[in-house]
Amino acid sequence: MKDNDLIINIENLIVHYETEEGTVRAVNGIDLKMKKKRSIGLVGETGAGKTTTALAMLRLIPDPPGVIKNGVIVLNGENILDKSVKEMENIRGKDISMIFQDPMTALNPVFTVGEQIAESIMLHEDVSKKEAYERAKELLEMVGISGNRANEYPHQFSGGMRQRAIIAIALACQPKVLIADEPTTALDVTIQAQVLELINDLMEKHETALLMITHDLGVVAEVCDEVAVMYAGRIVEKGSLEDVFNRTKHPYTEGLFNSLPNIKDRKAKLKPIPGLMPDPTNLPIGCAFSPRCPYANDICREQKPVPRWISSTHMVECSAYDDPSFHIARREK
Amino acid sequence: MAKNLIEVKDLKKYFKTSHGMLQAVDGVNFTIEEGKTLGVVGESGCGKSTTGRAILRLIEPTSGEVYFDGHDVLKFSESELRKARKEMQIIFQDPYSSLDPRKTVMQIISEPIKIHRLIKNKIDLENRVLELMETVGLAERLINTYPHELDGGRRQRIGVARALAVNPKFIVCDEPVSALDVSIQAQILNLLKELQGKFNLTYMFITHDLSVVHHFSDYIAVMYLGKIVEKASAEELFKRPLHPYTQALLSAVPIPDLSERKERIILKGEVVSPINMPDECRFAKRCSYARDECRSHTPELREVYPGHFVACDFPLKG
Ligand SMILES: Nc1ncnc2c1ncn2[C@@H]1O[C@H](COP(=O)(O)OP(=O)(O)OP(=O)(O)O)[C@@H](O)[C@H]1O
Ligand SMILES: Nc1ncnc2c1ncn2[C@@H]1O[C@H](COP(=O)(O)OP(=O)(O)OP(=O)(O)O)[C@@H](O)[C@H]1O
Ligand SMILES: [Mg+2]
Ligand SMILES: [Mg+2]
Repeated sequence: MKDNDLIINIENLIVHYETEEGTVRAVNGIDLKMKKKRSIGLVGETGAGKTTTALAMLRLIPDPPGVIKNGVIVLNGENILDKSVKEMENIRGKDISMIFQDPMTALNPVFTVGEQIAESIMLHEDVSKKEAYERAKELLEMVGISGNRANEYPHQFSGGMRQRAIIAIALACQPKVLIADEPTTALDVTIQAQVLELINDLMEKHETALLMITHDLGVVAEVCDEVAVMYAGRIVEKGSLEDVFNRTKHPYTEGLFNSLPNIKDRKAKLKPIPGLMPDPTNLPIGCAFSPRCPYANDICREQKPVPRWISSTHMVECSAYDDPSFHIARREK
Repeated sequence: MAKNLIEVKDLKKYFKTSHGMLQAVDGVNFTIEEGKTLGVVGESGCGKSTTGRAILRLIEPTSGEVYFDGHDVLKFSESELRKARKEMQIIFQDPYSSLDPRKTVMQIISEPIKIHRLIKNKIDLENRVLELMETVGLAERLINTYPHELDGGRRQRIGVARALAVNPKFIVCDEPVSALDVSIQAQILNLLKELQGKFNLTYMFITHDLSVVHHFSDYIAVMYLGKIVEKASAEELFKRPLHPYTQALLSAVPIPDLSERKERIILKGEVVSPINMPDECRFAKRCSYARDECRSHTPELREVYPGHFVACDFPLKG
């Protein structure tokens, strides 16, 4: 990797939500690097801390109750956690853009789609209203919507078109980093295929770095170069697509794959991960996955695992590998 | 061969809307053998839920026939229908909104038993609820909790227990796992499979998730804008999709396996609402193979291979 390809470097990020019921330990010390033109899939189940990680990168954690307790997020050599509110406004949309999880709330129902795209262009670039509106039309065309529909309101668009319009807004200022939080979860598969292809094309064209947040390993396989698997606020395994899919190391990652129906063998029994994710206000002392892990030993239950690099690209956080002969059941492909 | 527990003939459900008549379900035919699962797939708005609800008469069909164990459900009187409801149950998609938040687990699961006056004695009732909770894997201690105190997987288990409470023969499962995480989804799917074996249940399994339906069903019906466009055994349908829509749908599913990279067929356009549909193939507008003939009449479902039906005049080569 060339160093100047590094766009985002997150180190030891910790985010808590301090609520009346207790402290929700949403993100518990994660490291993540994003590079130009590369896409990372951030996967994990509900409550793993995926959206919280993304919101921290934009400094949009609701405060209260959210607090960034620790960490640095370096963008272009500068820690964005040190930036003023004003500086952040400039960074958002221009350097880092986000497609939010809930597409319905991302568009304002009282403005036309064209106005909303133009608005986000004018926020960052010194252009006239008319120019911005023309650019908005071009952007709509780019995402496959006829430019002369720019004067329509969000409710006149179908779900797939709305999601395209949101992508157009997110890309309006050609950000270096795009965060897409479950961008296709609410869409039908044929429309999902359209939107994923669109994201792929645009990344290629604009050299954007992409953080694709999803719980769908199929989507990751289609669009990502790298994968980071999140569990209870930690990245428990990370590597290239091949590392994580074909040389799976973490028992949780194995459990995710085993839970999925096998397309080649429909009779194969599903092997769900037993139990549930631990309560983030009351995480286990040792490895957070140990209560559900079929391989857990006493050390797993008592000590926090530390990151272990298996190769220059592949990291796993699992104490069971202290024993050099340890391996999970999922065979290498 | 097992008998057909469910037989649906030319079922229609139309809704009046301000834009015209919406043909949500427009002449659907299928049978389900006792103890088997029919999977119903298709994109949002194609009429899956409406079909399931019309069969149970949770909504009144516009026309058609629905036989349950040889009796026409649509001809049932109120009291006959009430009795039939004991045999035919439904599990809903959203475990969050389908359970009454003011009721405890005990009250929710015992409700259908009380409605059908199956058990009157309080102690017997509680024992039955505990037995059902055990069947679906809910810990005894949860009997007095409220749905909001539980996670999605446990709430869906309550939905399953409630459906099982009256010993039904047939259950419509309307997206029972769509709102759940994969690890919890697998737990519930295994549970439903296990219960099917134990009680010889017959399922109509509605979903938009093709890999789930492939795993779970014996037969699959693919719906598009109110019509079944293809119907076959699960294996056959995935091996040899004949309808251009089925083929596009299958190709669009992202597969979590790097050795299974395939060419995607990207469909143009979007699914519309089936309002005032003209007499033409409903998929013609998005179909890259469509010819003039496709726009001149609605193709009928016909058997192309044994047990494999397709509603396309020019089916793809299998
Ligand atoms: N505003 C908030 N106040 C309190 N707790 C919160 C808040 N937002 C998130 N949390 C909690 O923080 C944890 C991480 O949530 P987050 O939304 O980051 O998860 P996620 O991985 O994006 O999940 P999902 O797949 O459901 O979107 C969860 O336990 C969640 O309940
Ligand atoms: N009560 C109603 N009044 C008017 N139209 C309705 C009504 N219920 C359903 N529809 C319409 O009927 C069509 C079929 O809806 P249905 O809910 O059966 O679809 P579905 O296949 O279950 O979709 P989904 O995957 O989104 O659940 C849709 O166009 C829907 O908008
Ligand atoms: Mg989220
Ligand atoms: Mg439905």
